[in-house]
Amino acid sequence: MRKVKEFIIEKLILICGLASIFFVGLIFLFLLKEGLSVFNIVTPLDFLFGKSWYPISDPAQLGILPLILGSLLVTLGAAVISIPIGIGCAIYIAEIAPARIKEVLKAGIELLAAIPSVVLGFIGMITLVPFVKNCFHLPTGLTALSGSIMLAFMAMPTIVSIAEDALYSVPKTYKEGALALGATHWQTIWRVMLPAASSGLLAAIMLGIGRVIGETMAVMMITGNAAVMPNTILEPIRTLTATIAAEMGEAVVGSEHYFALFAIGIVLFIISFAINVTADLFLHRKQ
Amino acid sequence: MDIKIRADKFNFFYNETMALKNISMNIFKNTVVGIIGPSGCGKSTFLRSINRMNDVIFGARHEGDILIDGENIYDKDIDVVGIRRRIGMVFQKSNPFPKSIFDNVAYGLKINGIKDRSYIAQKVEKSLQDAALWNEVKDRLSKSAFDLSGGQQQRLCIARALAVEPEVLLMDEPASALDPTATLKIEELIHELKSKYSIIIVTHNMQQAARISDYTAFFMMGELLEYDITSKVFTKPSKKITEDYITGRFG
Ligand SMILES: Nc1ncnc2c1ncn2[C@@H]1O[C@H](COP(=O)(O)OP(=O)(O)O)[C@@H](O)[C@H]1O
Ligand SMILES: [Mg+2]
Repeated sequence: MRKVKEFIIEKLILICGLASIFFVGLIFLFLLKEGLSVFNIVTPLDFLFGKSWYPISDPAQLGILPLILGSLLVTLGAAVISIPIGIGCAIYIAEIAPARIKEVLKAGIELLAAIPSVVLGFIGMITLVPFVKNCFHLPTGLTALSGSIMLAFMAMPTIVSIAEDALYSVPKTYKEGALALGATHWQTIWRVMLPAASSGLLAAIMLGIGRVIGETMAVMMITGNAAVMPNTILEPIRTLTATIAAEMGEAVVGSEHYFALFAIGIVLFIISFAINVTADLFLHRKQ
Repeated sequence: MDIKIRADKFNFFYNETMALKNISMNIFKNTVVGIIGPSGCGKSTFLRSINRMNDVIFGARHEGDILIDGENIYDKDIDVVGIRRRIGMVFQKSNPFPKSIFDNVAYGLKINGIKDRSYIAQKVEKSLQDAALWNEVKDRLSKSAFDLSGGQQQRLCIARALAVEPEVLLMDEPASALDPTATLKIEELIHELKSKYSIIIVTHNMQQAARISDYTAFFMMGELLEYDITSKVFTKPSKKITEDYITGRFG
């Protein structure tokens, strides 16, 4: 009887596991089927490196380079802001903060992670956007920079919590060894703890950035949504994700525009997948 | 003889637990002091009190003083980092950094701000020689320290401690995880090092204490019960309980 029960449970779990793989496969196939059709109209090169995105003009111009650059620009900006602050915060929590402050900070970080992105976008729209506008005397505050700052807030909880874990898992004996040699606390952190935790820290960064690349709503609300080639970080841009979200509703099913949006989905999928695999490699190198 | 380290009515607490009770002892220059006693009697705690490694433990506090060359290491204004540079430590479990053999030994020099490459290289070689490891590793200094055997790793940790030229060397059961050959090497090494350093070594092994130490301290439940010249402690201990412990009647 017990054996039968075990058997059934095992099989059920197996089915669940297989089902999730099956659905992921299905989604990817669907994406490919719809997306690849666009290459009947434009060549992959023109699609990836074309500088104009006018999907509903006639003939449609389906170059997504401005969108790729828009995504890269906000992501890069967000990375530059969130990595030093996030890693610094993780070091502070793991190594320096007294117990009380540590608890408060960790709760704060969790709270930040719990804010829905639309809400963050909304707050960003009424605070950050005017701030950036006034700060740099711009015609509009809806810029890549605004997006970067806000996305940095979204990446930070991921970076902090994973980086903090990585620092905690550095063997205590390394720290003791360094201190016993007369290293200061900071020398111990900088020369021993950080190198020993490096793979975990890199994974934290990759996953934080992965979150940024995939973010849609908030970015759409705050970056101005202009599908033009960006020159500086102080101009409106549009990201890959925002393009899909904004245009999917109006694209006629089966049109060039529709297929192009799916192809953008493929590009996003590949980028996210590459980032996650890289993060995974870093995490597993540790063991 | 000159007193190098002096403990004066030293008490130590982990939160409310008293781990060391009223320890007073003098440790002389260029001698090896062996500390013996049953598990949990406070040997490691005492050792870690001497270079203030207990500072990092939450809820730890002390009463009384420990002096090095007459200077109170628990003085409010003392430079703790400086104290740790003067008092090196080798841990029970060897703990090389995840770096190359060379970088492990050079670490202490680099954090001291020494940048002169040729000086560092010289010092690394000298320290590895002093730790009797040079011949075994000289062809693979850039290899990871983790490629070494357990005994070699422990000698690497000794070399690492020697490189910063400490005045005192604390060793917490440095050979407890090693095979007899490696243990012998470390014991020979301690004998060599005595001419330059004061060495305080915790050991579980009576024979080892008898072999390598000039003085022996017997700890029991946080108290220093006996402290004298090794031959005296092992042949004519002043307390019955010391004799019982040394002859293996408990412990
Ligand atoms: N970090 C710590 N926190 C609380 N109690 C500790 C800690 N380290 C050691 N102790 C306690 O202090 C006593 C002495 O321990 P220790 O100095 O490690 O003994 P020994 O090295 O002689 O085996 C033991 O009762 C032990 O449980
Ligand atoms: Mg111990």
